[in-house]
Amino acid sequence: MSVRADQPLSEETRCAHRRKRRPRLNVVGIFGELLITAGILVLAFLGWQLWWNDMIMAGQQSRAAAEISQTWIDDDLSSNEPAPAAPEASATVEPAPVDFGEPVVREAPSNAETFAVLYVPRFGEDYHRSIAEGIGSEVLNSSRSGIGHYPDTQMPGEVGNFAVAAHRSANGGGMHLINELQLGDAIYVQTADGYYTYRFRDLEYVAPTAVDVIAPVPHNPDAVPADRFITLTSCNPLLSTAERIIAYGVLEAWQPTSAGPPAEVATVINAQAQG
Amino acid sequence: MYAALWRVLPGPVWLRILLVFVLLAAVLFALATWVFPWVDSIVNNQEVTVGSP
Repeated sequence: MSVRADQPLSEETRCAHRRKRRPRLNVVGIFGELLITAGILVLAFLGWQLWWNDMIMAGQQSRAAAEISQTWIDDDLSSNEPAPAAPEASATVEPAPVDFGEPVVREAPSNAETFAVLYVPRFGEDYHRSIAEGIGSEVLNSSRSGIGHYPDTQMPGEVGNFAVAAHRSANGGGMHLINELQLGDAIYVQTADGYYTYRFRDLEYVAPTAVDVIAPVPHNPDAVPADRFITLTSCNPLLSTAERIIAYGVLEAWQPTSAGPPAEVATVINAQAQG
Repeated sequence: MYAALWRVLPGPVWLRILLVFVLLAAVLFALATWVFPWVDSIVNNQEVTVGSP
């Protein structure tokens, strides 16, 4: 109280007060602001990785799949139009399933080459992603494919195991909903030759070292295969790399491109023709 | 740091606020276009395959 009465002293404290509030260089303050900025940058990166870039890449991968799928259908139409008259007529009427014989098996392509398109209606009505050879980042992190085929595993339709891998989250998240597959769900694989229909059997959770899951007979690397399997692998739990989630399916049917797409994916395939 | 930035910005308050948003947008664009993809390429630990180290 006595200080307030003293005029010159009051002036002095006001000056001191102002100096304290606005120092020339507040090291602690700047350090604090840098920490806050770093925290916001980390959050921004996660948002970008898991949401923004994920969404953009999913769209790009989807469009790339539609593009190559349509190329195969157009090529097939222009190359052998007169030959498959009977199957084409039957495809429109949708009669009892036609047996197209042994599925056509392609040669394994070179690394990073796109050779198939995956359709999983359980992942979304319009879900389609192209599958490229190899499981390196040039395939799995690519905006053109996103799903990688394990080299040295079998090709679609081949006796043995057609094994593929994709991200669970980020980079397009090709297998985001892999844990929601249910017994009997269709997994379609389209190549330049036609459509392979696999039926989902079961899920499995394994250690990252469990290479046996992609053996020609899963878990039986020495067995001679008699069935045509498909194996999808991704990471588990979501956002973690501690485990792998594995989905198995078995080939049910095969039909050439000229016979038209299976009914369940006809909508998405016909939509891509319009562009 | 940010107080200094505010003092450096010219004009009335509404212009300063506008400038802050423009700077923020520019920084976010630069991050999303160059910085984050680069960070992603070096911290990518999204292992999804079996067997490979």
